[in-house]
Amino acid sequence: MLGWELPPYNSGGLGVACYHLAKALAEHGADIQFVLPSTADHDDVEFMRVLKPRGTTKRTVYTSNPNPYTGDLTTIRELQAEYEDFVEKLIAIERPDVVHAHDWLTLRAGMRAKAVSGVPLIAHVHATEFDRAGGDYGDPLIHEIEEHGLLMADHVVAVSNATKQLITKRYNIPSDKIEVIHNSAELLDSHTTDISAYRYIERLKHEDYTVVATIGRLTRQKGLTHFLRAAAQAHSRYSRFLFVIAGSGEQRDELIELSADLGIADAVIFTGFVRGQALRDIYNLADVFVMSSVSEPFGLTALEAAQHRTALSITNQSGVREVLNGTLTYDYWDENRLADQLVALALSEPLRDQLAHDAGLEVMQLSWKKVAAQFVDRYSVLRRVQA
Amino acid sequence: MSERQIMLYLHVHQPFRVSPYSAFDIGMRSDYFADNDQVSNEAVFRKVAEKSYLPTNRMLLELLRTQPKFALSLSITGTFLEQCERWGPDVLRSFQELVATGRVEIVAETYYHSLAFFYSRFEFEKQVLMHREKIQQLFGVTPRVFRNTELAYNNELAEWADGAGYLGAIAEGWDEVLGWRSPNYVYTAPGVKRLKLLLKNYRLSDDIAFRFSNQGWAEWPLTSEKYISWLDAIDDQESLINLCMDYETFGEHQWEAHGIFDFMKAWIPKWLESDSNSFVTATQAIIGHEPADEVSFERTVTWADTERDLSAWLGNSMQQEALKHLYELEEDILHSHDQELMNDWRMLQTSDHAYYMCTKWFRDGDVHAYFSPYGSPYDAFIYFMNAIRDLRLRLIQHAIGEESA
Repeated sequence: MLGWELPPYNSGGLGVACYHLAKALAEHGADIQFVLPSTADHDDVEFMRVLKPRGTTKRTVYTSNPNPYTGDLTTIRELQAEYEDFVEKLIAIERPDVVHAHDWLTLRAGMRAKAVSGVPLIAHVHATEFDRAGGDYGDPLIHEIEEHGLLMADHVVAVSNATKQLITKRYNIPSDKIEVIHNSAELLDSHTTDISAYRYIERLKHEDYTVVATIGRLTRQKGLTHFLRAAAQAHSRYSRFLFVIAGSGEQRDELIELSADLGIADAVIFTGFVRGQALRDIYNLADVFVMSSVSEPFGLTALEAAQHRTALSITNQSGVREVLNGTLTYDYWDENRLADQLVALALSEPLRDQLAHDAGLEVMQLSWKKVAAQFVDRYSVLRRVQA
Repeated sequence: MSERQIMLYLHVHQPFRVSPYSAFDIGMRSDYFADNDQVSNEAVFRKVAEKSYLPTNRMLLELLRTQPKFALSLSITGTFLEQCERWGPDVLRSFQELVATGRVEIVAETYYHSLAFFYSRFEFEKQVLMHREKIQQLFGVTPRVFRNTELAYNNELAEWADGAGYLGAIAEGWDEVLGWRSPNYVYTAPGVKRLKLLLKNYRLSDDIAFRFSNQGWAEWPLTSEKYISWLDAIDDQESLINLCMDYETFGEHQWEAHGIFDFMKAWIPKWLESDSNSFVTATQAIIGHEPADEVSFERTVTWADTERDLSAWLGNSMQQEALKHLYELEEDILHSHDQELMNDWRMLQTSDHAYYMCTKWFRDGDVHAYFSPYGSPYDAFIYFMNAIRDLRLRLIQHAIGEESA
């Protein structure tokens, strides 16, 4: 399995999905060699072998990998080159049954592995460059890698129907080669809130404030400027709102300034990047979780929010809505509609409870075990074809 | 030859900077100004003390001792004096020695170097009073001339200072307001009984304060002969030149290695050799000159940046939001009668906090970046807003405590 990051050295949902998928696969009996590009330590991972190049070049040694979303492309390409060499050598020593590559970052290595060994390649698409560009064209080099890799792959797995359609339409990949396997959400271990981390928010909740949270990279793809404008509209109609924006990213400064321009800076709390208990606490404290993405192939955070019995409002452009029906939805550009939804949710506890209940039931039907079973089936098919 | 006087006025200030304060600190700790790895108020104070305060005061004392016609005026903020008391008794003593000569006047201002005048007249007056008391306590003198933070001045301020009994106020001698008139006279303001205005000659001031060691400046290097020749070139009728600058010009903005101290030690005695030349304090300047005209400042003028306005403090929406929410707490804070709450709230009023949020990088921003302890103005804003939120929590806790008591 070719991946780019694993928690806790992850910058987004990709690492989380890889981790849980691999773990569930291992429970199904799969023997996994998980290749990472970095020197980050994952000694505590016991269910699979985590391998990484020794770092023979003079390059800086990273404690975590360059952020695949914001990292300098030259650095990423250098790292990829080393990664590809490593994968090639690895394949020569121990031939796997299937090579499972996650996203464009590892696709070239996957293609090389297939080319030198003939092992079938699964390209697992969590996001395309069209999604990351948030409405822009994106990087042509990355498009080229994606297009080429998806063509070369023996099988493509997309995390949502929306992503499958996008791949079919933009990269002309035949749709019968693409299978949709939705992500799941790992039940987060703790449901208790350590309120000390968020005393202020806790306090305002006592004063009947409605806490609206969003979690993700602060980048165009996430549609947060629309979110803030809708928040300002909602706030002008109902003042007891507190908006929590958790995450970091290149759009942070712009969003901070926009919240001030809109006159709601005091009602918006930027927490920075959070993980662990601090992340779970946001879900616990939130009355409403918004996924405002312009283009979201899946959207794991929405599932996590649903697990925490939070009412959800998500864009129609988010793949996760294919598995969650108990949500309010809107188009990412429709600020008026989101503002209406936020006010309605703030004013109606029964509405919030109903949504939280429905989505909570739906998310309980999902499991990484089921996801892994689908992959195991697919691996078997590929192996048979190979043989 | 007719009389020529120089009123040298230096501004001394240090803020209590907010150390990085995240959303997770709210309700957990309230020591917003405590030193940490990134921000150390004590370290800044001691660094500037060694580079600027101590050597400059040595120079000034030497000039006062050797030059009977030398005099100057200082404005020293309350936050600076508190830092002296904590981290620089040597610095405080050196200022006290200056004032003890009787030829160093202290100018009135807000204790916290705040923009309270534009937000709350009540709070503003309280801070001016606090400053007056601090000055009386440490120096045994009572200020008679007023300067507002960053020389932020307008007609309303003139009326206030006049009503409060000040003899004069110091303001920027900005061309847009003066028109054809020269800053080298004493003026008066509309609607005042006796207040007189001292206007900064920004060209001759900034030659020293901003341009002295700029090698790209056509006049570099600035020698005492050259500077005196500029002073002498001024029309004989214009008998008062107000040189106003930040105190840290000496040794901090302009480095000793570039010769700033030698320059001062050279031109001042040399210029004073002429019998008709002398230095005066702000009060002496006001008493010694009749107003040449009335000058009306319709809009607020400051001594900052190319715009000479408050845009470095209130120019963007982050700054406006931050100060709006800070001053909204006034009533609750004052009603709490809690000394620590009032103190922290007032320390947050120091204008430097808003200055660190300035985003007009491209014209004057390099100056701002130099003074900011943070990675970005956005960080400054986040820390400040989080501190306000913590103040709110403390107010709530205080109210609960009162009820249960």
